[in-house]
Amino acid sequence: MPGSQAAHRTGGGLLHPREIDWVIMGVYFVFVLGVGYTLRRYMKTSTDYFLSGRSIPAWVAGLAFLSANLGAQEVIGMAASGAKYGMATSHFYWVGAIPAMVFLAVFMMPFYYGSQARSVPEYLKLRFDEKTRGLNAISFATMTVFSSGVSMYAMGLLLNLLLGWDFDTSVWLSAAVVLIYILLGGLTSAIYNEVLQFFLIVFGFAPLVFLGLKDLGGWQGLSARLAQVATSQGFAPQAWSSTWSQMGDATSNPMGVEWFGVAMGLGFVLSFGYWCTDFLVVQRAMAAHSMSAARRTPLIAAVPKMLFPFLVIVPGMIAIASSLRAGASGFVLPHKADGTLNYDLSIPMMLSHYFPHGMLGLGLTALLASFMSGMAGNVTAFNTVWTYDIYQAYIHRNASDHHYLNMGRVATVFGIALSVAAASVANHFNNIMDMLQLLFAFVNAPLFATFLLGMFWKRATGHGAFSGLLAGTAAAALHHALTLPRGSVPGIKGGWLTLLHAYPSEMAQNFWTAIWAFSVCFGVTVAVSLITRPRPEKELVGLVYSLTPRVREADQAWYGRPAVLGASVLAATLILNLLFW
Amino acid sequence: MGLDIRVPLGVMFTILGFLLAGFGLFSDPAIYQRSLGIDVNLWWGLVLLLFGTLMLWLGWRAAHRTH
Repeated sequence: MPGSQAAHRTGGGLLHPREIDWVIMGVYFVFVLGVGYTLRRYMKTSTDYFLSGRSIPAWVAGLAFLSANLGAQEVIGMAASGAKYGMATSHFYWVGAIPAMVFLAVFMMPFYYGSQARSVPEYLKLRFDEKTRGLNAISFATMTVFSSGVSMYAMGLLLNLLLGWDFDTSVWLSAAVVLIYILLGGLTSAIYNEVLQFFLIVFGFAPLVFLGLKDLGGWQGLSARLAQVATSQGFAPQAWSSTWSQMGDATSNPMGVEWFGVAMGLGFVLSFGYWCTDFLVVQRAMAAHSMSAARRTPLIAAVPKMLFPFLVIVPGMIAIASSLRAGASGFVLPHKADGTLNYDLSIPMMLSHYFPHGMLGLGLTALLASFMSGMAGNVTAFNTVWTYDIYQAYIHRNASDHHYLNMGRVATVFGIALSVAAASVANHFNNIMDMLQLLFAFVNAPLFATFLLGMFWKRATGHGAFSGLLAGTAAAALHHALTLPRGSVPGIKGGWLTLLHAYPSEMAQNFWTAIWAFSVCFGVTVAVSLITRPRPEKELVGLVYSLTPRVREADQAWYGRPAVLGASVLAATLILNLLFW
Repeated sequence: MGLDIRVPLGVMFTILGFLLAGFGLFSDPAIYQRSLGIDVNLWWGLVLLLFGTLMLWLGWRAAHRTH
């Protein structure tokens, strides 16, 4: 993102939409609000509002599952990483997201959906105890508000730059739209709009990638140019166009990580922590109409997800490759105030370079859609956790269902207001993704150890889980306080106690923070569990793997069963890894 | 729940398809220089139109099955 000085620019922007572009954006807004308006009369109970009455078909839940995560950090951040690190960014998908989504579907969903918990923190209460739920609920609520703020901040800066809109106006305007459609239609409205947004994003960006690749002479032409990018920075020619071939050593790839950090830090800890425990995504599956639909939700999402690198990472690679041939037909990424290239502008620059009026409107709509789906996902997760896990649990027990429904609406309003406030905090990192990964590392990385032990080890106790979570988060903070990415100054990037180790890059530091947090949480949970009294086994039926009857999928054809679907998804992902090795 | 999402999805993309393809038919060809000489509005508008009608058809079929 450009520096904060850009926030005060007014007047003309980078793109100059015409009537047709505005009409296309207008059509989208009419439908977004129209869906909320149509759904308002179905919102009768708090279950309707927070869980869509558990009535959503699998394919809708699946696309929403994907779209809720498709906010600014995904679209802008992944393209930025594509420019900065090249094809290796797809590790976030092919090592990270997909295996985690399959694990969620096959192994974890039976407990989330089967326990009838209304949220992820509520599962923790059922499995462990009140304090573990409280800790998770509060940290999660804080994190969602912050993520939503980051999304808004990115959008405000971008709209200012692209359209010349005032920063505050665009933040408040988009906040108002999201507010209206969630107030009216709750989670269903968010999910339905996420489906619209999903298709808009695909239809808005696919032609961009097509034109960019065609312009550069296909994948071959792109790789040839990326080889120049790589060698000019002292890396092997294939450093930008391959996923694994340069991962043997942290110094031979622009990410500054080695295969172990990728596989353990990103693949195992961070991605499983996010996709398997983050209520933002899990909520979509919980809204599905049946257990089998809930289990298929992440698997349906995994299919488009494995192709998303071509939609969101390749544009960044095209942008950096294109910057090489300035003067010819290429375009150059603008520089930031500190002289580095502004990678976050990869997609906007491509929009302005390749799209004529008409398609420009569609591309801008896709961008707006991604910002809104990211924001709405956070807001619906926040209002549910706030209402069920904080308000109902600690502030006002035993009120009428109608009371909680109204509380959900109030929480939607102040959740959005808090995100607007959080937008101003999001000013420090030049790559949004790095900051979010850091946050997830602190909060989510230890969490996956808790769920893993909770679901698969019946001996794990509430005291163990609680102390493990605290220790894990403390370990993350401590690791961050003692290490620093090379070339950074101590402060928000780490090293604020003293400097014990310098990592080649911020990403390597984040991965290792996650690995430490997970390991400490795992170890402390096991140790404390062994010295505390376990809950009687009969209380844990439906919550722990070994005490729960296997879900029978007899009504499903063999090819529709989660294990078979999951294995196919993994096989396809493996092939993608090999193709782009 | 109450509303089949394929219907609004279908209507929206049909409208967007008509808008884009229509604009593509009547716009000055010079604006397609940036898109490598391809009238992307027309072609992509047709794709959206196709997708929109497919969704409408699926939604319509589902509504008639349940009634």
